[in-house]
Amino acid sequence: MSQYILRRLMIAIPSLLGISLVLFVVLALAPGDPFGELATNPNVPPEVQAALRAKFGLDDPIYLRYLHWLAAMAQGDWGFSFVSRMDVDTLILQRLPTTLYVIGSAQLLALLIAIPVGVYAATRPYSIFDQIANTFAFIGFSLPTFFTGILFILIFSVKLDWLPFVYSTDIKATGIAWALEMVRQAIMPVMVLGLFQAASMTRFVRSAMLDVIRLDYVTTARAKGLGQAKVIVKHVMRNAMIPVVTLIALQMPAVFGGAIVTEQIFRIPGIGSLLISSILANDTPVVMAVTFVFACLVVLFNLIADVLYGWLDPRISFR
Amino acid sequence: MFDKDLRTMIDDVKDGRMNRRAFVQRMIAVGLTAPMANQILSIGGVAMAQSPNPYKPTKRGGGGPLKLLWWQGPTLLNPHFATGTKDQDGSRLFYEPLASWDADGHLNPILAAEIPSIQNGGLSKDAKTVVWKLKPGVKWHDGKPLTADDLVFNWEYAIDPATAAVSGGTYADMTVEKVDDLTIRITFKQPTPFWANAFVGAYGCIIPKHLFAEYKGSKSREAPNNLKPVGTGPYKFVEFKPGDLVRGEINPDYHMANRPYFDTLEMKGGGDAVSAARAVIQTGEYDFAWNIQVEDEVLLRLEKGGKGKTLYAVGGDIEFIALNFTDPNVEVDGERSSMKTKHPILSDARVRKALALLVDRESIKKVIYGRAGRTTANYLNGPEEFVSKNTKWEFSIEKASALLDEAGWKVGGDGVREKDGKKLKLLYQTSINGPRQKTQAIVKQACQKAGIDVELKSVVASVFFSSDVANPDTYSKFYADIEMFQIPMTQPDPALHMRRYHSREVATKENKWQGRNFPRWVNKDFDAAVDAADTETDPLKRADLYVKSNDLMWQDTVVIPVMHRAAVEACSNSLRPALSGWANQTDNLQDWYRES
Repeated sequence: MSQYILRRLMIAIPSLLGISLVLFVVLALAPGDPFGELATNPNVPPEVQAALRAKFGLDDPIYLRYLHWLAAMAQGDWGFSFVSRMDVDTLILQRLPTTLYVIGSAQLLALLIAIPVGVYAATRPYSIFDQIANTFAFIGFSLPTFFTGILFILIFSVKLDWLPFVYSTDIKATGIAWALEMVRQAIMPVMVLGLFQAASMTRFVRSAMLDVIRLDYVTTARAKGLGQAKVIVKHVMRNAMIPVVTLIALQMPAVFGGAIVTEQIFRIPGIGSLLISSILANDTPVVMAVTFVFACLVVLFNLIADVLYGWLDPRISFR
Repeated sequence: MFDKDLRTMIDDVKDGRMNRRAFVQRMIAVGLTAPMANQILSIGGVAMAQSPNPYKPTKRGGGGPLKLLWWQGPTLLNPHFATGTKDQDGSRLFYEPLASWDADGHLNPILAAEIPSIQNGGLSKDAKTVVWKLKPGVKWHDGKPLTADDLVFNWEYAIDPATAAVSGGTYADMTVEKVDDLTIRITFKQPTPFWANAFVGAYGCIIPKHLFAEYKGSKSREAPNNLKPVGTGPYKFVEFKPGDLVRGEINPDYHMANRPYFDTLEMKGGGDAVSAARAVIQTGEYDFAWNIQVEDEVLLRLEKGGKGKTLYAVGGDIEFIALNFTDPNVEVDGERSSMKTKHPILSDARVRKALALLVDRESIKKVIYGRAGRTTANYLNGPEEFVSKNTKWEFSIEKASALLDEAGWKVGGDGVREKDGKKLKLLYQTSINGPRQKTQAIVKQACQKAGIDVELKSVVASVFFSSDVANPDTYSKFYADIEMFQIPMTQPDPALHMRRYHSREVATKENKWQGRNFPRWVNKDFDAAVDAADTETDPLKRADLYVKSNDLMWQDTVVIPVMHRAAVEACSNSLRPALSGWANQTDNLQDWYRES
């Protein structure tokens, strides 16, 4: 087992190097300039802009810039933001808690809805409950988050005036009041993201359950006289969850990566909004760090998913 | 002009025979307006009137929180590194300049004890030196006193190329020396009629020597205070999250009486302009939102909610279409739009004039810019004394068609004009931005009616405005026939605004397209006028020179002004901000208060 994990980690290194190279080259080839905003400002002579480019090494050849970046990354230096003139890791760590809180809650909400609804719908396929659940699931994943987000804002903030639509990281309260306000402002973004996720996940859980529920061993379990609840939870769900675990494990990096559109709509200062503003400002070091960390997380969670398979189904062996 | 009369009048004001108000009114009567009249008095030897912003609160603090919404949040808080206005606005919450520009384009003293003038000995007659006196008793937020050493240090810091400060240009071509603890003298290399650039406005914010002295030059980015400002401003720094949030609290030792009004300050970043307007005007979650570039129609609808309104600050920002004088489709020595070529179509002045006749500015204002725009024929639209009255514009497809006929462009079978077998086809580029694409459509439609085939192209703003030498789509390379964008006027003086079209500024491969004259227009009279204005110390003659250079651009149709744009802000009904089209929104923050 530990040998297996070690081997997988070793294999990950060349693929991460490859990913970083591709990312870096694509970003370097992408047009744009972090100091573009200076261009139309008559107060700033063009030489200043040129000096800035030279200072931040933007005029060096690509391979040299990549090697610099790689050497720094190997030493744990994530780079230095052109735009904020501060270390990229500080910038990312500042954004991480908010992202984890909002996106994590949304994922949790999605799971809490999807698993019970999916399982229950699968036990009674084509019943009224199943039909309704299916209809909502279709509506849910047909509506993009930028639409539901704005719809929620119009209904709950503008018309009803119940919830704030600007997410604030600085709530002037302590204790219970602080916690309540944190929950209150997260309701809309969490709902928007959570319901969107839940919709597709419900469909997934349902079909995974249906695949298993018709198998012979389930009939055997029922024939043994086991109760419905026990059959479903112990016999069907455990086996049906294997593909669901993969799906969730692959979703996990997104919890760290943030949700670009939703974060922008609700002004949530998460990783997603950092990524998009850095892309727009051509702040390559930040974009590079965020996407690379994201790539690492994907590799890591793939590994975790593989390990979890073994736990869920001991027949899968690690070789 | 009326030079002699004016001198007598200035003397009258000096000796008290005529009051300032009467003088300003006489000036207005002859077609000049208040800011100009005041500038004249200033150089003519009368202390410049300060028009303090109305401020009612009678005690410091007690105003509760002030919540600002900047849809692009500040990403750094050192004024010398402030790349965009968002960063300048954020830095300005804590740092202060010697003086700021008020709504009328007057200097309003902040850290200065008084505004330099010839009368108080602050300005020399040859316009080569300025003496600034600091207000005594001003303290940094950490309790250390502000002295002339800090000012000298800011100049040294900015001009050191290793610091990589964007303010370097503001402090170039001058030396700054300490006269005594509270006085500095700026000596310019050349007569500089517009002396109020260094230490004034956004790039004039002063950082403390005792915290930054060690971080001058190549170590500049290591300074811990780049992210934790210690300034002299009305609010003290509390917290900063780049792109997201800046927080401040009242400075109880602020150097102006009864100011500031608010107890805490918050500047939230992120999102988009429409929802920012909504959070202020419709739901009232925030007090003030910056730069609301939203169609007027949307704003009018939001304003029906009644919690807030939009405010307009008029400066000199101009949205315009520039015409290419060189050929973008022919490559000479590896360079397109080379100075060795001539534009095959646009080098004919009649075609350029016809294009100007095809820009329906009134419709563009009505449909797109609404209250945030003014139609104009001029490239230079402020301050008032520099605005030409000799120009005019009109929209007429018939006249344009007649001009094109005259130039030999005959309507072909497909409705597109042609000459010598060549079609009249133009490539029209701009950056991606809702109003710009709509403007493109309006212009294209009119051109089609006149028989010009216009191809539209839009480039992402971050590419269009980049200085990336390898990219063909930047505005300075100008590989198109005509292009449109906005050039802001960052100070109430046209020197930098007009110098751009000087022939030595032409953008070429040789200067890596860093030259700012991107239409590549060359005119000796214009060069001479702008050069003369740079050192002309007589304000009237200087204004005439700029009016003349504007008129030359108009006669030659170098650019087609589309809209003179005002800055649009959203503001809650109770807030009383002090805004100016000549300054950043937070420049007069100490004067903001709330009407109860």
